[in-house]
Amino acid sequence: MNFHGILSIYKFEMGRTMRTLGQSIASPVISTILYFIVFGSAIGSNIGDIDGVKYGAFIVPGLIMLTVLSQSIANASFGIYFPRFTGTIYEILSAPLSFVEITIGYVGAAATKAIIIGIIVLTTAGFFVPLEIQHPIWMAFFLVITCVTFSLLGFIIGIWADGFEKLQLIPLLIITPLTFLGGSFYSISMLPPFWQSVSMFNPVVYLISGFRWSFYESSDVSLATSVTMILVFLSLCIGIIAWIFKTGYRLRN
Amino acid sequence: MTKPAISVQSLTKTYDSGLIALDDINLDIAQGEIFALLGPNGAGKTTLISAICGIIRVSDGIIEICGHDHTKEYRIARGKIGLVPQELTTDAFETVWNTVSFSRGLFGKPKNPAFIEEILKDLSLWDKKDEQIRKLSGGMKRRVMIAKALSHEPEILFLDEPSAGVDVELRKSMWRQIRRLRDNGTTIILTTHYIEEAEEMADRIGIINKGKLILIEEKKTLMKKLGKKELILELYSKVTEIPTPLADYNLLLSENGKRLTFTYDPSKKNNGVAELLDHLKDSGIKCKDIDTRQSSLEDIFVTLVGQS
Ligand SMILES: Nc1ncnc2c1ncn2[C@@H]1O[C@H](COP(=O)(O)OP(=O)(O)O)[C@@H](O)[C@H]1O
Ligand SMILES: [Mg+2]
Repeated sequence: MNFHGILSIYKFEMGRTMRTLGQSIASPVISTILYFIVFGSAIGSNIGDIDGVKYGAFIVPGLIMLTVLSQSIANASFGIYFPRFTGTIYEILSAPLSFVEITIGYVGAAATKAIIIGIIVLTTAGFFVPLEIQHPIWMAFFLVITCVTFSLLGFIIGIWADGFEKLQLIPLLIITPLTFLGGSFYSISMLPPFWQSVSMFNPVVYLISGFRWSFYESSDVSLATSVTMILVFLSLCIGIIAWIFKTGYRLRN
Repeated sequence: MTKPAISVQSLTKTYDSGLIALDDINLDIAQGEIFALLGPNGAGKTTLISAICGIIRVSDGIIEICGHDHTKEYRIARGKIGLVPQELTTDAFETVWNTVSFSRGLFGKPKNPAFIEEILKDLSLWDKKDEQIRKLSGGMKRRVMIAKALSHEPEILFLDEPSAGVDVELRKSMWRQIRRLRDNGTTIILTTHYIEEAEEMADRIGIINKGKLILIEEKKTLMKKLGKKELILELYSKVTEIPTPLADYNLLLSENGKRLTFTYDPSKKNNGVAELLDHLKDSGIKCKDIDTRQSSLEDIFVTLVGQS
C-alpha cells in the first residue's frame, strides 16, 4: 500500500475543504435553521406527534441525512472532477497509486467532510429541539456508512461528468427528489398505499428509516432491511468504481 | 549489463477517435543519457510520453522501465519516473511548498523538508515557497512543475516541450539544470520542436512524425554528418583523374569529371580551402563556378519529415 500517497490525496482534499470551511458550513447550518423555522415551528406546531415523537424532533434525522447526502455527493464529485478539468489529474495517474488507493484518498476526504457537517447540523438541531439518541453506535454507523456510500456515488458522478452542468445534473434531478420523497419530513405510513409501495424503490427511505430508528426507535422499515439495503447500495457503488478503474473509463483513454 | 532506462517495443496507440497516434514504436533509452524526441506538432510526442508514464492506455506493445513492465509492475516502474507535462496545469490555490510536498507524497515517499528545500533553492523558487501558485509568472509555474517532478527523486525525468513559452534566460538556466541532473545520473527525455534545443542538449536524437519514429541517431554522428561543409567546384573542362598534389584532399570527382567536391570542417582555421584553391591553380585546373553547401539538422529534419 502506498500510504503516503493516500494520505497526500486525503490531506490535499481536506486542505481544500478547510480553505472554504466557512461556506461549507454556513450553507447547511443556515438551511437547517430555515427548515426548523418553517417545518419545525410554523408548520410543525399544527402537526401532531408521529409515532410518539414531536414533529420538530421527528425531522432531525431526515434533515441530517438530507444534508450529508448532498454534501457527500458534492464533495466527492467535485474532488475528482476538478483535477480532470484542470489537467492536474496527470500527476495522480502517473503516480504509483492503485485505483483503490486513489478512491480511498478522495472518498475518505469527501466522507470526512460530510460527517463533520452532519455533526454540525445535529448540534444546530440541538438548539431547537431536545435531542435524544437511543442508539448512538447505530447512529454513528448509519452516518458513516451513508457518507461513504454517497461519496462513492459522488466520485462516480465526478468521473462520468464531462462538464460542470452534468456535475450538477444528477444531484438536482435524482438525488434531491429522492431525499425529499425519502421521508425526511413525514413517515412513509402517512402516504396512500400506492405511494408507499413506490417509496420502497427509493433507497433513501431505508437510510432515513434506519437513521431515525437509531434516534427514536421508530422506523418505516425494519432495521435489518435498512442495513441490508444500504450495504447493497454500497456494494453497487464499489462495483461500478471497480469497473471504471478496470476499463480506465474517462480517466485513462 | 545494465537494463535500459526505458525500453519500448512495438508500441501502438490508437485513440478512441480511430487516430493512430503511435505506430509500432521501438526505442531503447540508456540509463543516464539525454534523449531528445524531435517532431512537429501532432507527431505523437506527448502521446508517447503519456503511454510510458501510465497516463493513457496503450493499444499494443511492451513498455519497460529499468526492466520493469509498466503495467504489471507499475509501482516500481512509475516510482522511477518524474514528469513535467507540456501544459502548465497546477493547483492554483496551493502554495509552492505544499504542491511540491504533495507530489513527493503521491509517489509514496516520506517527508523530507531538507530535500524539498534543496530543489526549491536550485530552481530559484525558495523565496516563493509560501506563495500561491496562481500568483506566479508562467516561467515560475514551469519551474514549479519541474520541482514537483523532481520531488520524489526520480531516476528518469520526462520534459515535454520544456521551452514552450519560456524566455531565453529561463531556457538557458533550465538547460544548465538539466545537465546537472544528468551529471548526477538522471536519465532525461525531452521533447521539443526546436531543433536548436535538441542540438544543444541531447546525447541522442529521435525524430518522430505522424506516430512513426523515423530516425534515431547519436547526436555526435548526426552532427558529424551535419557539421561538415562541402565546397563544390564546377570545372571548366573535364578532368579524368585527380592530380597527385591534390591526393590529400580526398576530393570526389563527379558529373563526368566536371565537378570536384571537397568536404571540410568550417569550424577549423586551417580547413584547407585556401590551399586547395592554390593547388588547383598550380595544377592548371580552372573553375567555372564555386559553391558551398551546409546541411543542418533542420535540413535532415525537413527532408525526413517531408518524406514520411
Ligand atoms: N485524447 C486524444 N484523443 C484523440 N486524439 C488525440 C488525443 N490526444 C492527442 N490526440 C491526437 O494524437 C496526435 C498526436 O498528438 P500529440 O501526442 O499531442 O502530439 P505532439 O505532442 O507531438 O504535438 C495528434 O494528431 C492529436 O490530435
Ligand atoms: Mg505535445
